[in-house]
Amino acid sequence: MTVALEANGLGKRYGRIWGLSDCTLAIPAGRVVGLVGPNGAGKTTLLHLAVGLLQPTTGSLSVLGGRPGTTSAQLARIGFVAQDAPTYTGLSVGDHLRLGAWMNPSWDARLAEERLGRLGLDPRRKAGQLSGGQRAQLALTLAVAKRPDLLVLDEPVASLDPLARREFLKGLMEGVAEHGASVILSSHIVADLQRVCDYVVVLVDSRVQVAGDIQELLATHHRLTGPRHARGALPGDLLLIGESQTDRQSTLIVRTDGPILDPAWTVEQLDLEDLVLAYMTHPREHERRPHLEIHR
Amino acid sequence: MIEFHLDTRSGVPPYQQIVQQVRHALRLGLLEVGDQLPTVKEAVAAMAINPNTVLKAYRELEHLGLVAARPGIGIFVAKTLGDHSLAAHGPLRQDLMRWLAKARRAGLDDESIEAIFRDVVRSASAEGVA
Amino acid sequence: MIRLTLRQFRTEAAVAFGLLTALAVVLALTGPHLAQVNEAFQATCATTGNCSSAANPVFEVDRGLQALVPIIAIITPAVIGMFFGTPILARELETGTFRVAWTQSITRRRWLAVRLALLGLAAVTLAALLAWIVDWWDGPLDAASQSTFDPVNFSVHGFVAIGYAAFAFALGVAAGALLRRTVAAMGATLVGFAVSRIAVTSWVRPNLASPLHELLPFLTARPGFSLDASAGTLSLTPPLVHIPNAWIFSTSVVNPSGRALTGEYVLHACPGLHQMASAGPAANPLVALRTCQDKLSATFHTLVTYQPASRFWPFQWAELGIFLAAALALCGLTFWWLRHRLA
Repeated sequence: MTVALEANGLGKRYGRIWGLSDCTLAIPAGRVVGLVGPNGAGKTTLLHLAVGLLQPTTGSLSVLGGRPGTTSAQLARIGFVAQDAPTYTGLSVGDHLRLGAWMNPSWDARLAEERLGRLGLDPRRKAGQLSGGQRAQLALTLAVAKRPDLLVLDEPVASLDPLARREFLKGLMEGVAEHGASVILSSHIVADLQRVCDYVVVLVDSRVQVAGDIQELLATHHRLTGPRHARGALPGDLLLIGESQTDRQSTLIVRTDGPILDPAWTVEQLDLEDLVLAYMTHPREHERRPHLEIHR
Repeated sequence: MIEFHLDTRSGVPPYQQIVQQVRHALRLGLLEVGDQLPTVKEAVAAMAINPNTVLKAYRELEHLGLVAARPGIGIFVAKTLGDHSLAAHGPLRQDLMRWLAKARRAGLDDESIEAIFRDVVRSASAEGVA
Repeated sequence: MIRLTLRQFRTEAAVAFGLLTALAVVLALTGPHLAQVNEAFQATCATTGNCSSAANPVFEVDRGLQALVPIIAIITPAVIGMFFGTPILARELETGTFRVAWTQSITRRRWLAVRLALLGLAAVTLAALLAWIVDWWDGPLDAASQSTFDPVNFSVHGFVAIGYAAFAFALGVAAGALLRRTVAAMGATLVGFAVSRIAVTSWVRPNLASPLHELLPFLTARPGFSLDASAGTLSLTPPLVHIPNAWIFSTSVVNPSGRALTGEYVLHACPGLHQMASAGPAANPLVALRTCQDKLSATFHTLVTYQPASRFWPFQWAELGIFLAAALALCGLTFWWLRHRLA
């Protein structure tokens, strides 16, 4: 697996507050990676570090094999759409394309114009008059037309209505289909991630809770519902992610490579949202089959 | 040409949904040999999904021998799913219908019937593996 | 990158150069008349020989403009700093567009360097053009007033305004980086610039070179005597000395050992005046005064401490150097801040 982003003990402090601390993760290249986590998990800080807007306080970070933000060559390889898609309100849509052309040697003017044409954006309109969705599309066009190897998007659809969100994701996926850049995007909206991502990283409190291919994760995670007394009899190669109990019944979220054969348990498929929520509700270092007291 | 759609709540992996939709269209005769499937870009634009998902589905279909890629042009249907499969399913389907009628007469509602069906399938496959 | 900078600041540049052109037109239309009035006066007073005492009518021409032009010249550098310097970083940081600007294929150091160079050049050019126009227009007034070291005249004439503009610009950029809010940074720029100018004018400029001391004969530069008969005291006002275009710090009346003349000493040394103080007006006060002055002039001289007119240009260079150095230091601070505090 080639690595798009690799962090080791990465930390960033703002004054006295740590925005990200001791973060270690590897994100593969050639994938569309969803970065999920609650507010304050350090997603934005991590992404800003990745594009070179911030410099780490501690630890090391390598993106596409280089240190972010240090050279123009490194900057040219990464496209970034910041949260809320900031644009220059006083400049027109066309000015933004010229800005992109002037500041990026690898600028693909044809691609940029084609995208704007498809979106029906008038180049003479001021960016300040655009709707949120149009602004996001403009920011995406700016990021895609520099032909980066890696696209980083920070909550790109959080403030968009469902239609604009769908249109944005279409635009993003078309860009990926055409030019094959790796993508890292953070989002709260797990349904969107399930649609566009093939890899997910769950970040809680600077720690990676789980990272992996989405289909693989969905295939190996299950929700088990069964009588409480059967809980002790579960096979040993299960990884318990979360559980809830009533006096009779246990509901477990487990990770296992093999099938669950015990007929006492009802096995259900998880969708990505269940899976992400399970990791977000029980953030910790998961051990193999922890401390099960046996009920007889 | 057919158009794909995605049901994110179904729990079926997206690439399998595409495979199923193609197979379904082949069965119903919506697609015939020589018909072109949507390009990856078109499929991505229609569904706003990851292109890798579409590629994976097309590879699977190619592996099944149902479609063939013509490099630089696109993906084309290579084989239809003939009536023989439906024909083979016919008697089984009739058996199931008969069983269903029996279950209804026994006073079971749809939910109980589904629960029994799922339970039997599961325990059968468990025994098969064990 | 250069074109982008021009695109982003084209409104500011157009307004600034437009205003400058308008001012230039007004000054070009009124300037020749000022020069004529002054020349006519100089020609007349040269024949009558009262050039230093007669009122020059040039000061009565366009009085509104005469008041306004120095104000414009003095505040322009601050305005340049506020509108060319401050927005460079503050506007990007405030609106979040720095996330766009600094993630294109240009390092932020280079991004800032191009902006500083280009807009700094525009700021300095503006200031230089304004200084040149104002210097030309104000020339007759400056010549007539013979006080180039006056705080207003000093900053309106010569090239020191270039240093002010460069400093205000760099101060604006740095304030924008530190405060991250355009309006707050503009206010800070204005206040910082005013404080720096006042501080340099009052504490640095007088000490750029040690002043000259000159002893003048007592009788050509004498103090004023004012006698308070009821209290029986005599107070002295320092002599008025006029050295054309020089900056006079102080004048005092001293004896060869350096001791200053006091009213008590005068009363003691001049019995005639003493009598007037103790017993009312003498028969002839002028005679008593003349006698006293003649007597004092034997031992006392008037000491003038001043910067001569010849130091005008060295002082301009020195102050230009100070403000340019401060501007460079502020640019250095901004680069450091950009690298360590905004990352």
